[in-house]
Amino acid sequence: MKLTKLLAAGLAASILGTGAVSAEEVKIGIAAEPYPPFASLDASGSWVGWEVEVIGAICAAAKLDCVITPVAWDGIIPSLTGQQIDAIMASMSITEERMKTIDFSNPYYNTPAVIVADKSMDIEPTPASLAGKIVGIQASTIHQAYAQEHFSESEIRVYQTQDEANQDLFAGRVDAIQADSIAMADFVASDAGACCEIKGPVENDVSILGRGVGAGVRKGDDALREALNGGIAAILADGTHAEITSRYFSASIYSE
Amino acid sequence: MEPLLELLGLAKSAELLSLSPPGWGGNLLRGLVNSLQIAFGAFGFGLVIGLFGAYGKLYGGVVIRDLLAIYTTVIRAVPELVLILILYYVGTDLVNKIAQAFGYGRVEISGVFAGIWVLGIVQGAYSTEVLRGAIQAIPQGQIEAARAFGMPSLMLMRRVTIPAMMSFAVPGLANLWLIATKDTALLAIVGFSELTLETRQAAASTRAYFTFFLAAGALYMMVTLFSGAAFNRIEKWARRGQPSLRGKN
Amino acid sequence: MGTSWSAFAQGEKLMFDLRDLMKPHRIVLMLIFAAIVVWCAYTLRWDWIPTYAPLAIEGLWRTIWILIVTTVLGFFLAIPLGLAQAIGPWYLAAPAKVFCTIIRGTPLLLQIWLLYYGLGSLFPQIPWIRSSELWPYLRQAWPYAVLALTLSYAGYEGEVMRGAFSGVNKGQLEAANAFGMPRLTMFRRIWLPQAIRNVLPTLGGETILQLKATPLVATITVVEIYSVSSRVRADTFIVYEPLLLLAVFYMMIAGVITLLFRRFEQQVPGRATGK
Repeated sequence: MKLTKLLAAGLAASILGTGAVSAEEVKIGIAAEPYPPFASLDASGSWVGWEVEVIGAICAAAKLDCVITPVAWDGIIPSLTGQQIDAIMASMSITEERMKTIDFSNPYYNTPAVIVADKSMDIEPTPASLAGKIVGIQASTIHQAYAQEHFSESEIRVYQTQDEANQDLFAGRVDAIQADSIAMADFVASDAGACCEIKGPVENDVSILGRGVGAGVRKGDDALREALNGGIAAILADGTHAEITSRYFSASIYSE
Repeated sequence: MEPLLELLGLAKSAELLSLSPPGWGGNLLRGLVNSLQIAFGAFGFGLVIGLFGAYGKLYGGVVIRDLLAIYTTVIRAVPELVLILILYYVGTDLVNKIAQAFGYGRVEISGVFAGIWVLGIVQGAYSTEVLRGAIQAIPQGQIEAARAFGMPSLMLMRRVTIPAMMSFAVPGLANLWLIATKDTALLAIVGFSELTLETRQAAASTRAYFTFFLAAGALYMMVTLFSGAAFNRIEKWARRGQPSLRGKN
Repeated sequence: MGTSWSAFAQGEKLMFDLRDLMKPHRIVLMLIFAAIVVWCAYTLRWDWIPTYAPLAIEGLWRTIWILIVTTVLGFFLAIPLGLAQAIGPWYLAAPAKVFCTIIRGTPLLLQIWLLYYGLGSLFPQIPWIRSSELWPYLRQAWPYAVLALTLSYAGYEGEVMRGAFSGVNKGQLEAANAFGMPRLTMFRRIWLPQAIRNVLPTLGGETILQLKATPLVATITVVEIYSVSSRVRADTFIVYEPLLLLAVFYMMIAGVITLLFRRFEQQVPGRATGK
């Protein structure tokens, strides 16, 4: 009997001990899989990258007590609706499809989607040129939706993380990948990406590619959405956004 | 030329695996500790479920027996990966809904607890079967004797049934423990930072996929071998005073 | 007829006798279950099914295909592994034992990733592989999936086969020897059939375990039934419904496997009544 009581106490402690949430603490969900240069884990176990710094700046400006919480990208929206996190700031594009399930703040960056392929390959970022080729994309992204819609003549290979898609482009197991231009600029500049180059942006399709990256919040959580909007506006106005960007990228990644 | 390259390759691996940054060894070890913590909790939780499950299957009413049969059949037929996803989302959702119904506001569920809950439910189904078999293997006379002396049923469980079934249950439980340690790897899919996810992150960041996956494999292997030795000792201890069973089987 | 019912009853309660089902409490349970099913059908969202049905059938087929190919290949690999450990000289027994221990001692997910991403990252450094005839296959994900699952099945089943080979009655082998039967014939006609008969009851369970391992290959881009449910989740953000349906699919496949092995076992002479 003692054992059962002890176990019950242990169980309660492990839920509630970590569980007594202070009212102001906001859990910001980011993807647990590395997505350099926006968010990745360094060897000491802390999260670094442009987006991590921007999250810090937005939260500071909005006076929110934010805690970064890594969640599997593939299940990040269910985690939000299931209340494991309060907001998603994981380079998630604002799309109509996602707006049916969650709300978004105003965008805090926007970049085009590009096609990357081996330098020796003669590939254009068009459906005709990619017909019959293998295109790698990350699961649950706008790129998956776009590729499935527009590259119906290509074989689409779905990866759980962007890094694994990059890895297979390097390994020659896919002919091309579609991804965010900034992440790809970073990739082709690295050793592993030396094989490849950006072939150009895909033709825009706002209904799928959306209008930039915003913070996702639960439907009806207007207080948090307004607070984040305020934070985003503040760091755009006071130059913090530009300052962080300049340390990572050569050009601005925000436009109205 | 060959050995030199190999030496250089190994030197790079050693650097990547060193315990302090820029090496990733510390991250792997942290992941291992998380994995073991969850495996241990899930194994224990599974044992509790298994004990009640086994009792229910053996001595419970018809409805309890049928429900337990459904539980063990479903858990053993559906892939752990699918169960983990269902239990992970359903479990956390449910706890929050209940907490809100009681007016507590949101309850945050730690990753460790979610992992223990999910794997524990899976382990419980297998534990039920192992313990049921072990209890059935106890000579019936021992339990009857205790009953004849008017021993209360909880004391009977604690003083007679559990000690007597230990020696029959240990091999099956050892197997379950190994399954628990390996199943923690599946939590990588829901983004819990145990050993496999830490390995994946390290591999992706450094592109040294081979080095890190091999290193993680070696860590899991060590856990397996060490557990094997430990369970051998436990089995010897559980069998103390019994004649050797080897001849019989 | 009689033997088949008793075989069902002996099994792990997967099948109920028809008369057993008609007990009052079971009827109540079934009604509750039916109510849950009806509730699910009406309150949950199923409108996505027509769109994804063709994909799901393709995925289901792929899952079954991978399952069959890897269990058959794995079983053939398990025979030498078991034999080497049971009677082989140490230089064969030791590697076989090490192989089985490593396969059984590390998570399959890690093995799959090691083969796909680990080996995959080595290939580009070796130019002749990319220009070889094999390259079109090595580019695909399924060869790695099949390899990983085959090795895994072989590792687990090799251990079982070791026990099965050692369990064959030595007297029969001595008798065959006394009749001057060549060793290969003895192996083929007496030893192997009996060893296989010994492992048959565990084989069904091992195959279900293999079925449960197949969704892991979705993590290396193989399109099978699990990945279809992920696709539905990614496209529509519907979480529970595809997973529940997926669980039902797996239970049906597991049920079919159980039935198949039951029939198979009954056809093997001398085993019909069990122990």
